[in-house]
Amino acid sequence: MFFFIIRRVLSTIPVLIIVAVIVFLMLRLTPGDPAASLVGNNGTSADIANIRASLGLDEALPVQFFKWSLHVLQGNLGESYYMKLPVTELIAQRIGPTLSLSVLTLLMTILIAVPLGVVAAWRHGGWLDRALMGFSVMGFSIPSFVIGYLLIWGVALHWQLLPVQGYAPLAKGLGPWLSHLILPAVTLSIIYLALIARVTRASVAEALSEDYIRTARSKGISELRVLTRHALANAAVPIVTVIGIGVGLLIGGVVVTETVYAIPGLGQLTVDAVLGRDFPLIQGITLFFSFVYVLINLLVDLSYLILDPRIRY
Amino acid sequence: MLKGLFTKLILGVGIACVFNAAQAQDASKTLRIVPQADLKILDPIWTTAFVTRNHGYMIYDTLFGLDGEGKVQPQMVDTYTNSPDGLTWTFILRKGLAFSNGKPVTSADVIASINRWGKRDVFGQKMFEAMSSFEPIDSNSFTMIFKTPFPMVLDALSKPSGIAPFIMEKSAADTPADKQITEYIGSGPYVFKQDEYSPGAKIVYTKNTGYVARSEPASGTAGGKQVFVDRVEWVILKDAQTMANAISNGEVDLIEWMPAEQYAAFKADPKLELVKPTPPGLFDLHLNHLVPPFNNPKIAQAAIMAINQEALLRAQLINKDLYRTCTSIYPCDSPIASADAAYFTGKPQFEAAKKLLKQAGYDGKPVVLLYPADFAVINKFPPVMAQLLKQAGFNVDMQAMDWSSLITRRTIKEPADKGGWNLFMTGWSPGDTMNPLFFPPLTGNGEKGWFGWPTDPKLEQLKTDYLGATDQAQRKKIAADIQLQVYETGIFAPLGNFDFYSVLRKGVVSGLVVAPVNVFWNIKKN
Repeated sequence: MFFFIIRRVLSTIPVLIIVAVIVFLMLRLTPGDPAASLVGNNGTSADIANIRASLGLDEALPVQFFKWSLHVLQGNLGESYYMKLPVTELIAQRIGPTLSLSVLTLLMTILIAVPLGVVAAWRHGGWLDRALMGFSVMGFSIPSFVIGYLLIWGVALHWQLLPVQGYAPLAKGLGPWLSHLILPAVTLSIIYLALIARVTRASVAEALSEDYIRTARSKGISELRVLTRHALANAAVPIVTVIGIGVGLLIGGVVVTETVYAIPGLGQLTVDAVLGRDFPLIQGITLFFSFVYVLINLLVDLSYLILDPRIRY
Repeated sequence: MLKGLFTKLILGVGIACVFNAAQAQDASKTLRIVPQADLKILDPIWTTAFVTRNHGYMIYDTLFGLDGEGKVQPQMVDTYTNSPDGLTWTFILRKGLAFSNGKPVTSADVIASINRWGKRDVFGQKMFEAMSSFEPIDSNSFTMIFKTPFPMVLDALSKPSGIAPFIMEKSAADTPADKQITEYIGSGPYVFKQDEYSPGAKIVYTKNTGYVARSEPASGTAGGKQVFVDRVEWVILKDAQTMANAISNGEVDLIEWMPAEQYAAFKADPKLELVKPTPPGLFDLHLNHLVPPFNNPKIAQAAIMAINQEALLRAQLINKDLYRTCTSIYPCDSPIASADAAYFTGKPQFEAAKKLLKQAGYDGKPVVLLYPADFAVINKFPPVMAQLLKQAGFNVDMQAMDWSSLITRRTIKEPADKGGWNLFMTGWSPGDTMNPLFFPPLTGNGEKGWFGWPTDPKLEQLKTDYLGATDQAQRKKIAADIQLQVYETGIFAPLGNFDFYSVLRKGVVSGLVVAPVNVFWNIKKN
């Protein structure tokens, strides 16, 4: 397993290099000039030319790429054209809200979706199963921004129970942190609830039809133990896989949710960077997300070893 | 176990709800403002971005300001004199002026600041071209000596927008003009909290307790800049609906620029008040004079004749309360506005335009109209303008892009079919349009000028005449001549005036100062 981990970690290097080259070239080949954005509406062509020169944007593409790569190898992702702050500092500033939102969403999703899916499989064809299927269709069909606005209207504006926007770090206390994250997390979790509950239901239903379940029941084991210890444990691999995919999708999902709830996270930072053509920031964030994605996949692969002892790498 | 977890979850949500109520009460100590945009650049001399200019007004003061009637008034300056030959200006600073770090403001700081401004600002460059020396007399006074009279010295030093001449500490002002400053020690009413700076989320200012405000009441960018709150937070919200929800829920106190699509909802909300803290702004159609077909003034005039202000403004601003048609190149309530707009009526004249096109020999090649699809403030104009131009006989190629691409594209001087452009639209704040010498698109010096690059020596001469004019009547007359010259050459044309509304919580926020730019002193929060 040790060599497997080493091999997987090393395999991230070409992935990150390919991502870096593609992002670098795409940014330079698409229209839009950061210097023009920086100077403002009143600036002249001469002002723009001066800024381009000061940012090194007038140099040949290979030279720009070489300089940037050299910095990245030294652990320096560059400096934002606009905010004049290191990209690593900006990512560190924004990772808190995004991580908080993602973890809370994931926790809520797993704690609700997995039990729901198990019960639906257990009561296959019953009212709970049908309700879950209906909820799943709804969860997949309604865009998250619609759910977000409905929750804001009801919970925040009508009942005035929670704030409509913003973020409070955990350092300010559990109350403020939770009060700003409950609605975004619920908004974001609906689609994953639907996805994970469906997959859990299907996997557990399949497991429940296996011979070892009949054997377990005939031995007089309680139904709860049959469901958790025998059915769920054997159905875990596809569930964990879909949770892993869900985490990847979550990275995209937070962009919309952070916009609706004005949460200053990595999603909003990405959108701002793209709109302003802040090349070092876009490149830095993309590399960071690629690394996270590769890491999640590695963790999912490793979890298979624990969940299914038959799997060996 | 499940029961315990459920109890904890309910408890957590309960705590969050209780905290939310407590936070709403705590908000009274802090004024929370949604600014027009995110503050990403902190040097107001380095960029012309409006939000950076407003940040400049928060933390820096200026030597002179413009009062509510647009008249120049001393601000950091106590007294000043001008020699009878008009060549020597002497200024004495007010006593007790200090930076937010407690150090006194000296002539050395002022000279370094104005020198740096003069390298970045077009009008500042003009002033320095006419100047022979700019020296301190002592730590509290200084002189400007000119080679030729420059009657608009005070207008330059009170310039409210574009790049305003803010006074910084010498150490910051000595930064090369093409590099951004990294220290933000202010001379104005607020202190910038650099340790809490979180672009994209929140920008924080506290009251500058060492600031000595003038004794006169606040008026425009002049007068006493009093601060009645302990702390101001700029909360960055970009989505119009989120802004509406936040102010309705009492989470923010003031929205600097009301999103037009929320006008009806804000107006109907009894908890909110709509105010106009700045004079109207202006939308324009700009034409490229460097390449065909608008290098022919007749064809440029034909395009201007296609304009239907009412149709364009209605499409963009939806509600009639928010706009007014106006044929002057300056906002219609500006002191220099003129009703004489030659052939331009703001109403479509398709037949006359077609006739002009025929006379001028328009070859039917497509004119490229740039369409910033992502920029909500102006993105309804281009589709309407494209249709109007077609009705006037133009072949139109409307090209959609984002605003960032548009401002890059407009720098390209090649013909439209080689990556250049022919037409685009933009908007101007009142601070940009109040003086023909400050108004960026009023250039006739070809490729050295603003985008569109018209060559019009007569316009340049009129601007020189305006610079030398000593009284308001003379200035108004020359401003009117400039307007006629703009229409003659077909440099650009107005699409109409629009109001900048701010939204505030009724009964909670008061004291907004009317000024050419949005300013945030003098505001009280109950």
